[in-house]
Amino acid sequence: MRIVLAPALALTLLSSAAFAADPVKIGFLSTFSGPSGQLGQELLDGFNLALEQNGKTIGGRPVEVIQGDDQAKPDVGRQVADKMIEQNKAQILTGINFSNVMLAVAKPALDAGAFIVSSNAGPSQYAGAQCNPHFFAASFQNDTASEAMGVYLTAKGVKKVYLLAPNYPAGKDFLAGFKRTYKGQIVGETYTTFGQLDYAAEIAQVRAAAPDAVYFFYPGGMGINFVKQYDQAGLKNSAPLYGPSFSLDQTVLPAIGDAAVGAYASAFWAETMDNPQSRKFVADFEARYHRIPSSNAAVAYDTARILDVAATAIGGKIEDKAAFRKALETVKFTSLRGNFAFNANHYPIQDFYLAQIAKDAKGRPVMAIREKIDTGHQDAYVGQCKMAAD
Amino acid sequence: MTSSLLIEQLLNGVQFGVMLFLMSAGLTLVFGIMNFINLAHGSLYMIGAFAGAATQAATGSFLLAVVAAPLAGAVAGLALERGLFQRFYARDHLDQVLVTFGTILALNEATRIVFGLTPLRMNLPDALAGHVEIIPGVPYPTFRLVILGVGLAVAALLYVVIMRTRIGMWVRAGASDRPIASAMGVNVPLVFAALFGVGAALAGLAGVMAGPILSVQVGMGEPILILALVVTVIGGIGSIRGAFVAALLVGIVDTFGRILLTPALGGMAIFMMMAAILAFRPKGLFPAHG
Repeated sequence: MRIVLAPALALTLLSSAAFAADPVKIGFLSTFSGPSGQLGQELLDGFNLALEQNGKTIGGRPVEVIQGDDQAKPDVGRQVADKMIEQNKAQILTGINFSNVMLAVAKPALDAGAFIVSSNAGPSQYAGAQCNPHFFAASFQNDTASEAMGVYLTAKGVKKVYLLAPNYPAGKDFLAGFKRTYKGQIVGETYTTFGQLDYAAEIAQVRAAAPDAVYFFYPGGMGINFVKQYDQAGLKNSAPLYGPSFSLDQTVLPAIGDAAVGAYASAFWAETMDNPQSRKFVADFEARYHRIPSSNAAVAYDTARILDVAATAIGGKIEDKAAFRKALETVKFTSLRGNFAFNANHYPIQDFYLAQIAKDAKGRPVMAIREKIDTGHQDAYVGQCKMAAD
Repeated sequence: MTSSLLIEQLLNGVQFGVMLFLMSAGLTLVFGIMNFINLAHGSLYMIGAFAGAATQAATGSFLLAVVAAPLAGAVAGLALERGLFQRFYARDHLDQVLVTFGTILALNEATRIVFGLTPLRMNLPDALAGHVEIIPGVPYPTFRLVILGVGLAVAALLYVVIMRTRIGMWVRAGASDRPIASAMGVNVPLVFAALFGVGAALAGLAGVMAGPILSVQVGMGEPILILALVVTVIGGIGSIRGAFVAALLVGIVDTFGRILLTPALGGMAIFMMMAAILAFRPKGLFPAHG
């Protein structure tokens, strides 16, 4: 018995002593198939670009990225995440783009001892009462882009706004965020079936309500359909479109084309962001993948940078969870977004800009930044968070 | 609701219905006459839309795109029918559902490999991009009127072919009694293949007509397939007239359901209508089989 145990014990000791050379294992769970599959690819491309530029290391250690497809389904995401943590020994989970998948995955993953550093989904639950020492959102809290647009339209004195979103949790969150900060009159609020194709009926109702502006949140294909049809109905000038950047970013702009030109987006980052690191990122991304990056790719890039800078600060020893948590909380890195810091609830404090869709030098629609809306914007839930000690 | 808004919404409902008819016509013919459930009908719609978008990107011509899309739909449809589906005509419906569902997955993945996941764009020529004031004070998108016109023309053409020609007579005969029709000397495999090709071409046409309004992307065929199945079932499987009436009904009920009911109920309106109609007419409004 003793003879069998000794080598095993030695092996265990050796492996824990040698962890600096072991790879950092990152589970990259996202949507890679189905109509939303483009989102996962966008996130992964941004994440990989940062890793490649860093010699495929995090905190001086090699990186092993375990890629998984959640198929946009919470149950599938949960199974894949469990496998990543139990079999592949993933230490950090990232990539998740749908909040409902995040809510299914986060609790078991955190209970199993993994860190979650979200590169996209930012559900309110983990920003407020359920905030967790090992949960970080490097992206945004879902409501914040809408809150920023509410601030802007109030400041501009826009009196009557019509609201549209799909009838699902994130749709309601986005409109709730807008209503939280907008002080003018809401002349109509329409929730459409998720995945609806034709918006002619809703657009006719918008015309009849004669608003000064329309605030909408339609991600993916729904946004493409809506913006094209809105333009064809000839309403773009009398009631301009305003949305969070997710409704008007590079995942949908190439497909919408000229119909989007003139629409406004509230954004924490846009492809025209005027700082050296962002200009370099956009150029590198275009050279590598032959398309303009969306904010999804930019945030995933930032996420990889955050992981590297925080891990480097503690000599790569992310197995020391208390130290890694501290390093993440206090991370100082040059974000593509400019100002960035983690708040007490591990969600970002960041600036918001008003962008307008315009054409770039090659005639492609891009988000052109017009002005800063809000500096150091915090989400509305941070007050409800009592962050636990380790 | 003012009367001009009411008329505009009615127009929206009819236009959406006509769009659905383009999709459902081929589906109901194939389902009714060949007794074959083709879930991959939505994929032919997607192929039409992608073929149209790619043609427009290559040539800059919207007209060529409108020609290319039904051709691509027909070619893809015939290839599937001859190569795969015809082996399943004699099998039960579950096998047909499985093979055509597998086809959806394969075609979606193939489209992703060829075109990528970024949705494509289809532009309208300037003449169709604007809007016309057919109701005073209510500009209506020109292209939606074009869809309306194309859909009505297709409906009229199908009506004439099916009700007034010999080919149409075979089709009707096949729909109401398949064994007797073949006993009377109708070349069933040929009629079936031709019919499948026509259905596929109509799906391709629907795809390219939807291109400028909807997003041209992988998986775009599935949501519209569900609506087309609802139309087919309400109208009576195999009946073109039924599909036309049902498509208009679905278009109008869906439009008014969305603006008058709460979001959850509005989304269900057409399914509640389907349940109500099937409760009283289990074979749909205009059953082709006696």
